[in-house]
Amino acid sequence: MADVNITVDGKKVSAPAGTLLIEACKSAGIEVPAFCYYPGLSVQGACRMCLVRIEKMPKLQTACTVPVAEGMVVTTNSEEIVQARKATVEILLGNHPLDCPVCDAGGECELQDMTFRYGAAESKYMEAKQHREEQQWSPVVYFDRPRCILCYRCVRVCGEGMDVWALGVQNRGVTSIIAPNKQDHLECEECGMCIDICPVGALTSGAYRYKTRPWEMNHVGTICTHCGDGCKTTLGVRRSKGGMEIVRGDNRDKSGINGDFLCIKGRYGFDFSHHEDRLTQPLVRQDGKLTPVSWEQALAHVADRLKQVRDAQGGSAIGVIGSNRTTNEENYLLQKFARSVLGTNNIDHHRTADYPAFAKAIAGKQNATATLRETMTAPAVLLIGNDPTEQHPLLAWNLRTNHRVHNGRLYIVNSREIKLRRQARAFAHVPEAGGESAMVRYLAGEENYASQIETAGFNRDAMRSFRDAVKAEQGLVIIFGSELRGDDVQALVRFGAGIGAKFVCLGDYANSRGAADMGLYPDLLPGYTDLARGSGFAQEYGSVPQQPGMDIVSMFAAAQSGRLGALYVVGSNPVARYNIDPAALKNTFVVVQDMFLTETATTAEVVLPAANAYEKSGSFTNTFGDLQLLKKAGDLAGVRSDFELIVRIADRMGADIRKLVPFGKGVRADMGQSRGAQSGEADRHMVWLSAHNLEPKLSPFDPEALLDEIERLVPGYNFSRLKLFAGHEAHTFAPEHSSVGQPSAPETIVPANDTLFTSGTLGRYSNAMNSVIENRRAPEEIPAD
Amino acid sequence: MKTILTPTPLVSHPDEVRIVSKRFGQGATSIDRYIELDGYKAARKALEMQPEDIINEVKVSALRGRGGAGFPTGMKWSFIPKQSDADKYILVNGDESEPATCKDRLIVEYDPHSVIEGTIIAGLAVGAKLGFIYLRGEYRYLLEIVERAVADAYAKGFLGKNIFGSNREFNIITQTGAGAYEVGEESALMESLEGKRGLPRLKPPFPAIKGLYGGPTVINNVETIASIPPIIINGGKWFASFGPEKNGGARLTCLSGHFNKPGVYELPLGYPAKKLIYDVGGGIPKGRSLKAMVPGGSSTFLLTREEAESASMDYDWFAKRGEFLGSGGVVAIDDQTCMVRMALCIMKFYQHESCGWCIPCREGTDWLKKTLMRFHAGGGMEKDIDQMLYLAENMAGRTFCALGDAAAFPTISIVKKWRDDFEMHLDGKPCPFEKKGARERDLAVV
Amino acid sequence: MRFSEELEARFARLASQYPWKRSALIPMLLYAQDEVGYITDEVVSDIAHRLELSELDVRNVISYYSLLRTKPAGKYVVQVCTNISCLLLGADELFEHCKHRLGVGHTQVTPDGRFSLEEVECIGACSWAPAIQVNYDFHLDVTPEKMDKVLDQYATKAQA
Repeated sequence: MADVNITVDGKKVSAPAGTLLIEACKSAGIEVPAFCYYPGLSVQGACRMCLVRIEKMPKLQTACTVPVAEGMVVTTNSEEIVQARKATVEILLGNHPLDCPVCDAGGECELQDMTFRYGAAESKYMEAKQHREEQQWSPVVYFDRPRCILCYRCVRVCGEGMDVWALGVQNRGVTSIIAPNKQDHLECEECGMCIDICPVGALTSGAYRYKTRPWEMNHVGTICTHCGDGCKTTLGVRRSKGGMEIVRGDNRDKSGINGDFLCIKGRYGFDFSHHEDRLTQPLVRQDGKLTPVSWEQALAHVADRLKQVRDAQGGSAIGVIGSNRTTNEENYLLQKFARSVLGTNNIDHHRTADYPAFAKAIAGKQNATATLRETMTAPAVLLIGNDPTEQHPLLAWNLRTNHRVHNGRLYIVNSREIKLRRQARAFAHVPEAGGESAMVRYLAGEENYASQIETAGFNRDAMRSFRDAVKAEQGLVIIFGSELRGDDVQALVRFGAGIGAKFVCLGDYANSRGAADMGLYPDLLPGYTDLARGSGFAQEYGSVPQQPGMDIVSMFAAAQSGRLGALYVVGSNPVARYNIDPAALKNTFVVVQDMFLTETATTAEVVLPAANAYEKSGSFTNTFGDLQLLKKAGDLAGVRSDFELIVRIADRMGADIRKLVPFGKGVRADMGQSRGAQSGEADRHMVWLSAHNLEPKLSPFDPEALLDEIERLVPGYNFSRLKLFAGHEAHTFAPEHSSVGQPSAPETIVPANDTLFTSGTLGRYSNAMNSVIENRRAPEEIPAD
Repeated sequence: MKTILTPTPLVSHPDEVRIVSKRFGQGATSIDRYIELDGYKAARKALEMQPEDIINEVKVSALRGRGGAGFPTGMKWSFIPKQSDADKYILVNGDESEPATCKDRLIVEYDPHSVIEGTIIAGLAVGAKLGFIYLRGEYRYLLEIVERAVADAYAKGFLGKNIFGSNREFNIITQTGAGAYEVGEESALMESLEGKRGLPRLKPPFPAIKGLYGGPTVINNVETIASIPPIIINGGKWFASFGPEKNGGARLTCLSGHFNKPGVYELPLGYPAKKLIYDVGGGIPKGRSLKAMVPGGSSTFLLTREEAESASMDYDWFAKRGEFLGSGGVVAIDDQTCMVRMALCIMKFYQHESCGWCIPCREGTDWLKKTLMRFHAGGGMEKDIDQMLYLAENMAGRTFCALGDAAAFPTISIVKKWRDDFEMHLDGKPCPFEKKGARERDLAVV
Repeated sequence: MRFSEELEARFARLASQYPWKRSALIPMLLYAQDEVGYITDEVVSDIAHRLELSELDVRNVISYYSLLRTKPAGKYVVQVCTNISCLLLGADELFEHCKHRLGVGHTQVTPDGRFSLEEVECIGACSWAPAIQVNYDFHLDVTPEKMDKVLDQYATKAQA
């Protein structure tokens, strides 16, 4: 729409027609205060704080409800307006309890800020205040009515934003109250968005309330370690006996890829981190029992045994299993260690999506993968399989927002009646077991599949019009889950590429995509590179075995038959996930790095206590290919990062550490050698590093030393460092690179099937996730990773 | 639940102009009797007219909305777009809730067909096929009357797919609310009719463009709608002739409080208030004198005796003073009445009825009520008086809908005009107007 | 749940007569209350189901309107208006009289369940003040003596 010109406080401002005055003012750097107005949610006009004077209008007007009009002359700051706002704050404070000294929101409260700003300092209220007891609505949501200013943000974010509609307004007048959907408690998605959006301390978090004051914490913005969407979560940390304890997760600065959004996991699911069952000492099996020993002892033992097996039986007798929740640097290092130090391609991880098939299908195409952000703005999205509401909550949020705010059209193919169908323009409800795959074939023009998907509710006409509608879309983003593998992915890409679509392959965990991109495959090098075409890696590493290794299932078969001398498991629980009989491992030397004594760890000879993703730096690649940096927030005495552990083991095995982790090299490179000293980028990087108390790559334990190598060697990872180090995501393109190898073993893909309230092993140890009642109706939990 | 119908008493005065009260007490609830008394002639006539001509006739009549705001009805109708993809609706506002106002009930009780006929004509004028008659929840007995009348009109073919054999369609749905003053506000009324909490809507869009169910909607008060058939029959000029310029017709004026002859009288607009008080209303009982007058429902600025005796009961006389004629509910308050108690009574009502949506109204009415309670009970301080004025003045004009104004205006006028009454309550003194031994009672929130 | 035949018929009519089904909500709640005595949890879930609304949504609406109640009341709800016109003509005294006579206060129910008492805002009977409503019935120009007669009548009716 054309821009209109207005004058605000004497300043010329132009904004697209239809822009609300409050937004137009904001764009010109003029802040108009508001409690009830919230960008992206419906307009209320309820708080009356944003009153401004518009010429030719008899009364003060609310800037949040008036769209700009050509020639409008606006005053946002005058004696009259300041008085109006002051009076509104005064009137509001009348019934407010003013318990700021103990209120969770103290110091982070919009009412405090407004009171301070408009000088409503005199307490004029002499009457008895309306009191109500605080209510607990769920283990994680508390409501304190007296503090509530009735801005209705919570009601709207829950309804319009989350499509949950669990909050309402009851009674009227001064007795009005925000009410939960089950009279005295909430049954909802427990996302806590209502708490985040509350401008005051009326809604508080069960995990955080009365624990500390905001200014007593350090706030560290890092990436959530749960699902594959990669939300930014800001962790509030406080010094504790064991190091730095995470006391709060939230999303206050909205600067992440997730904008306003955070789900229960990102907000409360950090608590596994200080679970009492955390391992904090290395364990070595002595007389059949895992016994605490020193790090020296444990590491020496691991290195000796691995060396022994390698030297005696060859690298092919060693298996390595990586993780969906360790960093890119760790995964990259692990495969490099396996291939160059252990001399084996027996490396794999718990696969949750067929990324190799996806890579094979889109190899050589340009810009064929969609970013997460694009899912919020794409004119149309085709979603096949998966249930993003449960498994990719941010994606679900984006799809809903796209539908609501941008009129995006959503098409869904699913065998279950997933919640997002409410936003769908068309929903292809296909039969279970293979319905999604048959529908893809049908979309791709294979008419004979129609009979496999036809049901009473989804007949041939519906099928045809679904396909016609999808095919007519321009700028389509196709998103698919693990229901599609191998040839189905090929067929889908053929179909989508024909209409210029972009693609997203959904994997389940925080760094599932990273694990795949970094080459945790027995037959693919980083970037899905064919073993035969990996000379670049071979040169850098010294050597790479040419024969494909064993996949995860074959490794256990080999162990069973006595052919696997050693198994090195980093941050994974394959024994539970793949239902392995622990007896199969009795003749194998098993080393496990983990936070907890998992089913796999209990079979090990050595267990090394590992740090989690909230306790280290590095990077994650979300399932869309968006690369983001982690920042160390929590700290627990006794644990070490997986990165450090791999380096130390390699060192003790006699490997050349400078070759494994090119530290030192990186410093010079970053000081300008790689890009020219005048680029300025290196300097900025140094400034950034020192501002964040990070050392330049002087240590072999610094993951950034490997990020350089990843950037240099992994196809599709030539990302913008500036963007990344400025705290933004950088989209990567590993699957689109052209020398990808053949995908294999799709049968080893086991979807996590996590719900909003489970998260593999981490979920087991999260009190918050286990405490909510919705968890009890969740499908059976399979602990893994 | 069947209601007992006790006919509401009727009164009369020679100065009355019987336009909407013409058939009161004449058995016009019966459709046949209504027809005998010239009923449904206007609808038949309107069927022969062009919609623009109907609207024009109403414009000429200078009929202004009888709900209280006094907006010209013809103009309101003319805002309805001729072409509309969405269906258009007529919504008759019978949510009569303004304190001291009890006129619409008489129309529905004694002449329900006039409302039905007016609704049909409004529908013809703007091209609507469905009308709603929404009565306040307390008026269940009226719903029974109007339901019967609507059924009779359907039976005669005056409503339905082919009204009066014209091949044109018009239907009426009747219902009541469930107790909420705010629903009398037109946008809140639509919300309520849509089955929601009766909260006001943002305007624009105005109902004429996007109203009930998203369609263009005419919303008129019962008395306004009942004025339509006589305008169509006798012409707009005839109607306009009863009042001053731009104040057409007569209006049902409800006298209550300290009048010797309370009741509902249909008086021409511009009727002198002095005559209204002392002649029509029979003066103040017990030989007392007038202290204050509420001109038209409790949302208006109260008048002192001097002001009241010089007032003219038309929209413009009040508008010139920056005040409001209001809804037709005139209350006389005698000199033995405590104005602090009046202010409290009024504020207690608005505190109870505030929908709670916006801050100034929700919190301001509560604060004022509490202060007035304390003040009236003898706990007042000098600074409270200015504080109450400050609160009321900072509510006025700042709220989402007019309820905040409605609460602020009477308060502002009482504090300003009867400050003495407040000062008499200071220093812990008991209310000077309460009779000796009058019981202390808890003014708990209703 | 199943209401009386008459009410079921009314509900069927209500649910189909409006352009949007939801419009039937407030009338349905009123009629269900008239029949059941108050809006029980069961009524809430039943009506929510009939109109395809969430129970929360129905409760949001119920709690807004002063005539709708979610707690039992007396068989006859005596509502005394104490707004301006009635107040000027002795409504306070009338309410006190009722309190005495019934032995209960505002929103309380007599032990025999026959009556409950409420102080209410303007009921639109101002020219015939003071006025009261018993359930939906109006009684105008009420004096304490007339009040006693009215209550006697209802007491007799309650017995029958």
